Amino acid sequence: MSTRAPAVEARQLVKTYPGGVTALRGMDLTVAPGTVFGLLGPNGAGKSTTVKILTTLARPDSGTAFVAGHDALAHPDRVRRAIGVVAQKSGADPVATGRENLLLQGRLYGMRGAAVQRRADGLLDRFSLADAGKRLVKGYSGGMLRRLDVALGLMHRPEVLFLDEPTTGLDPEARTAMWEEISRLAGDEGLTIVLTTHYLEEADRLAERIAIVDRGRIVVEGTPDELKGELRGDAVHVELRADAGLEAVTALAGLPGVHEAVAEGRRVSVRAEDGAAAVPVLLAALERAGATVAAATVARPSLDDVYLRYAGRRFQDAESEGAATTPEPALAGGAR
Amino acid sequence: MSGQALAHTWYMTQRQLMSIFRQPVFLAISLIQPVIWLFLFGNLFRKVVELGGFGTTSYLDYLVPGIVVMSALGSSMWAGTGTLEEIERGTLNRFLTTPVSRNALMNANVAQNGIATTAQSVVILLLGRAAGAGYPGGAVGLLILVVASMLLGTVFGALSNAVGMIVRERESIIGINTFLLMPLTFLSTSFMAPSQMPGWMRDIATFNPVNWAMVAGRSALGPAPDWSLVLTRCGGLLLLALAAVALSTRTFRSYQKSV
Repeated sequence: MSTRAPAVEARQLVKTYPGGVTALRGMDLTVAPGTVFGLLGPNGAGKSTTVKILTTLARPDSGTAFVAGHDALAHPDRVRRAIGVVAQKSGADPVATGRENLLLQGRLYGMRGAAVQRRADGLLDRFSLADAGKRLVKGYSGGMLRRLDVALGLMHRPEVLFLDEPTTGLDPEARTAMWEEISRLAGDEGLTIVLTTHYLEEADRLAERIAIVDRGRIVVEGTPDELKGELRGDAVHVELRADAGLEAVTALAGLPGVHEAVAEGRRVSVRAEDGAAAVPVLLAALERAGATVAAATVARPSLDDVYLRYAGRRFQDAESEGAATTPEPALAGGAR
Repeated sequence: MSGQALAHTWYMTQRQLMSIFRQPVFLAISLIQPVIWLFLFGNLFRKVVELGGFGTTSYLDYLVPGIVVMSALGSSMWAGTGTLEEIERGTLNRFLTTPVSRNALMNANVAQNGIATTAQSVVILLLGRAAGAGYPGGAVGLLILVVASMLLGTVFGALSNAVGMIVRERESIIGINTFLLMPLTFLSTSFMAPSQMPGWMRDIATFNPVNWAMVAGRSALGPAPDWSLVLTRCGGLLLLALAAVALSTRTFRSYQKSV
C-alpha cells in the first residue's frame, strides 16, 4: 500500500513457556512492505512462537513488535484488522461449507451484504473451489483445505499475510500447486507475506529474503542468493571422454576466478567464483589442452550448506534434535 | 455490550447452531433419548404413584418435568468436548487472530446452549402431552420449567467448557460426566417423590442443583404452585449459572495467555 515503514518490525523478542522452555532469545526481525519474507528453521527453532506473537495470539516476555505500523502489544486489535493468518492447523469449521466459512470470516471484519458475498465467491473462484465451496469442509482433501485456509486469510484484504508452514503435510503435487498460489499472491499489489517453513527448497523458491532461525534467534538473513553467495564459489564438475592429463588440470587451475582444480580419473572438479560464467572458459581451456568434454555440471551451494555454516550443524540434525529437546508448543497449546 | 459484540455473538451462535443441525445423528439421539426415558421409566415405575406423595395420580405427569431437566443436564455437560475440538482443530485460534469480540466467543457458548436446551425441553413437553401427561400449571408453569432447565444447562455447559479448557483432555470430560450423571439424577426427585426417598438421600437432594430445577419446574407446573419454592430454587440456579459462566470466562482468559 502506501506505507514505506516496515510491514513487520520486531526487536529483542524473548518468550519462555511455562516449564522453562525458552522459545525465543532475542528475536529481531524487519520485513519490508510488499515482499515475501521467509523464516527458515528446524522444528522448535522459534518460528511459530514468533508468528504467534506477531499475530497477537501470544505475548512476549519482553521485546517489541510492530505489524503494519501498529504496536502488537499495545493495540492488538489494530494489528488484527491489518493481518491475515494461515496457521499450521487449518482452523476452518468442518461442519460448515467453504463459502460459509468465508462469509463468517468476512463478517467478523465488518464486511456486510453483497460485498462480503462477492468477495467470498471471488476467492472461491480464484482458488479453484467454486464447486467445493457449496460442500461441507469435512469432505475436503488436504490441498483443498489448505487453499481454503489461504482464502480465509485473504478474505478482508489484509496488508500482511502470515503463512505458518503452509505446505506441511501436503503431498508433492498439492505442495507444488500451493507454491504456485503463493508465488501468484506475492505479485498482489502491496501484499507482504511472512512465510515460515522448515523446507529449504520452499524458502529458496518463494522468499525474496530469508532469515535462518536457530534456537530462538536469527542467525543470518539475506536474499537466497546472497546467503548462498557467501559460501564463495560454485562447484563445477567436468566429465571427460578420457582420463585427464596433468597438463589439463594445471591449465584450468591458472584460469581467472578458479580457486582449485582436482582431477580424479575422468572427472575434473573445479571451484569457481561464478560457476555459470566459468563453464565456457573451462571448456575452451580443456579443448586447447586436447581433452574432449562429455558433460559439465554446476552445483550452486544449497541453503543446507548455509545453515551448516551459520548454525554449526546440519539442518537434518537440527530437525531431529529440535524435535527431541525443544518441542514447539502446538498452536493450540494442547495435545496434537 | 457494544453493537459489534452483539453482532459477533449472533454470528457465532448461528455457526454453532448450524453445526448441530448438520450432525443429524447427534440431533436424532438427543431427541430420541428423552423419548426412551419417558417410555421406559414411565412404564417401569407406573405403579409407584400409588405409594403417594407424588401430588398426582398419573406417574407420567410427575415424570415429564424430571425428564426435561435430566435431558438438559445430559446434553449440556458435553459442551466442553466441542470447545476442546475447536481448540485442537485450531478454529479457536483462527478466531482469536481476527477482531472478533472476545466476549462474543463466550456469549455464543451460553446462547447456543440455552437455545438448544429450550428446543429440547419444548419437544419433550410436546411428546409428554401426546403421551397423555397433563400440565395443570399452564403456560406460566411450562415457561418456568423451561427456564429452570435452561439455567441448569447453563451451569453445566459452562462448567464443562471450563474443564475442557483446563484439562484439554476429552477422556477427563467423559470420565467426569459418566461419574456425575447418574448420582446427580438419582440423588434428586426425578423418578421418586421426596416423601418416598430415604431421609439421607432427600437431604443430599436439597443441595443438588439438578433437584432445584426439578422442584421449581414441577411445582410451577402443578395445580398449586409454591411460589417461594419456585423463586428460591430458580434464584439459586441463576446465581450458580452466573458463577459458572464467570469461571468459564476466567479459564478462557487463561487459555488466551497460554497460547
